Amino acid sequence: MFTSSTRANVYGWLLLSPAAILLIAFTHYPTLATLAKSFFSTGSVTRPSKFVGVENYELMLTDEVFWKVVDNNVWYAIGTIPASIAIAILMALWVNSRISGRGLVRMAYFTPTVLPMIAVANIWLFFYTPDIGLIDQVSSIFGAPSHNWLGDPDTVLGCIIVMTIWKEAGFFMIFYLAALQTLPPELNEAARIEGASRVYYFRRVTFPLLMPTTLFVLINAFINSFKLVDHLFILTKGGPDNASSLLLYYIYEVAFSFFDDSYAATLTVVLLGTLAIVSVGQFLLLDKRIHYR
Amino acid sequence: MTDAAGQGRLGWIETGGAWLLALLWILPLLYAFWSAFHPKEFAVNFELLAPLTLENFKEAWNQAPFARYYLNTFMMVTSILIVQFVLCTLAAYAFACFQFAGREIAFALVLLQLMIMPEVLIVANYTTMSQLGLVDTISGIGLPYMASAFGIFLLRQTFKTVPKELEDAARVEGCTPMQILWKVYVPLARPTYLAYGLVSVSYHWNNFLWPLVITNSVETRPLTVGLAIFGAPESGVQWSIITAGTLLAVAPLLIAFLLFQRQFVQSFMQAGIK
Repeated sequence: MFTSSTRANVYGWLLLSPAAILLIAFTHYPTLATLAKSFFSTGSVTRPSKFVGVENYELMLTDEVFWKVVDNNVWYAIGTIPASIAIAILMALWVNSRISGRGLVRMAYFTPTVLPMIAVANIWLFFYTPDIGLIDQVSSIFGAPSHNWLGDPDTVLGCIIVMTIWKEAGFFMIFYLAALQTLPPELNEAARIEGASRVYYFRRVTFPLLMPTTLFVLINAFINSFKLVDHLFILTKGGPDNASSLLLYYIYEVAFSFFDDSYAATLTVVLLGTLAIVSVGQFLLLDKRIHYR
Repeated sequence: MTDAAGQGRLGWIETGGAWLLALLWILPLLYAFWSAFHPKEFAVNFELLAPLTLENFKEAWNQAPFARYYLNTFMMVTSILIVQFVLCTLAAYAFACFQFAGREIAFALVLLQLMIMPEVLIVANYTTMSQLGLVDTISGIGLPYMASAFGIFLLRQTFKTVPKELEDAARVEGCTPMQILWKVYVPLARPTYLAYGLVSVSYHWNNFLWPLVITNSVETRPLTVGLAIFGAPESGVQWSIITAGTLLAVAPLLIAFLLFQRQFVQSFMQAGIK
């Protein structure tokens, strides 16, 4: 450790400065600029941007589409997070045991992780296509009528949730796998000698010991549920009638289709606020042990 | 990943379950292969003896400038990776080895980026890029990601595990701080560089939203954006050709993953538990 203070100060800040400049330019400054912008009107050639106080926020509260995308995002989070975590744990337990063909099984679980969301959406679009799509083909065997899965406001969000679970579970599995491998094997042996069933052992030993991983994955999954919108560009464009639109997708539309920068900034503040609440929650919830030391 | 860590043998029901889930998980990709390698009459028609063809790949290649997209993605991914390595190494070295004033608060400000990722700030960053004249450039795509909090954090954790004796010995030998970094820390952190490199390459190869926003020409568009335009339902391209194009776009990463599966999985694991 370099401690002689002047030298440490000079070196420390010099080493840090290239990264710091970029971080300030593309993380800290835009965060503050977004916050500031949300209090101004969108300028045009004839009418320059001016301070409007909380007008944008008032507009937002009366915007039905805003409430719709918030509602969708909440359901998207509820639909994807617990299911993908549960499947991830199951996958990790299976891949961590002496199963035949373990390498292949692990590969199958993990493969969706290395595919871009756009490619995934291209492939899944076919499953959901009415009549000729795979789901309709299979269900027609059982005499079910054809259904426009992505065109129906009642089913579209569910379709997107299922696809996201498929994409994410294998990624989260990795973290559980890493955690499972740090558990001492003696625990399992002791439980077996005591005659504990595997379900009991999982419920009373493995699952509690995986808690730090679960919190970590939970936070990642939560951030992802607000960050993943790529598939919407292919599958639905947020439709029908915003039934599958998510907050970040709406921000994109407002900024780059309707060119309303101020309102996009206002919506971004909501997104930033949500993420801030998560980081505070993380700070309070997460054990200092797995926190940054 | 050692076998000793295994939790005992599973019964056949669970083995069957694990295999069934694996099949379900690989099915979408298998389907993409089926459709891409068969004539379009067989895209939705699963006959075991359907003839194989490469025609779909040829048509996909001719209908969109995939060669250019490959080049763009390659240039973007490598430039991001190189700059990330340099910037994150320097910053991580500062945080791990120098007791400078304001270190704790600076570190907290760096970690902020783990929460507020560039994806969230597309609107404000687009304004910045247009002021800098970097809209529709490869560096415009890369700049917001180059100072990566994740990379800084990962390397700092690794540098902190390097025994101080090595550093002291190098100092006694008369090495300057930069020489110590280059000769002691960087070589010892090689596995971390590999892990971070794989995570970064797969992230940026697959990244979509920001590249979509900041590019608007064939000369800068990466594969994902090109694929989205190519595969959009309104473009009216044949189904089999879309899947062929999709496979073209994911092929390099997918092949690399299949060849180096172990390294990939271990890299993601290592990056996750730090």
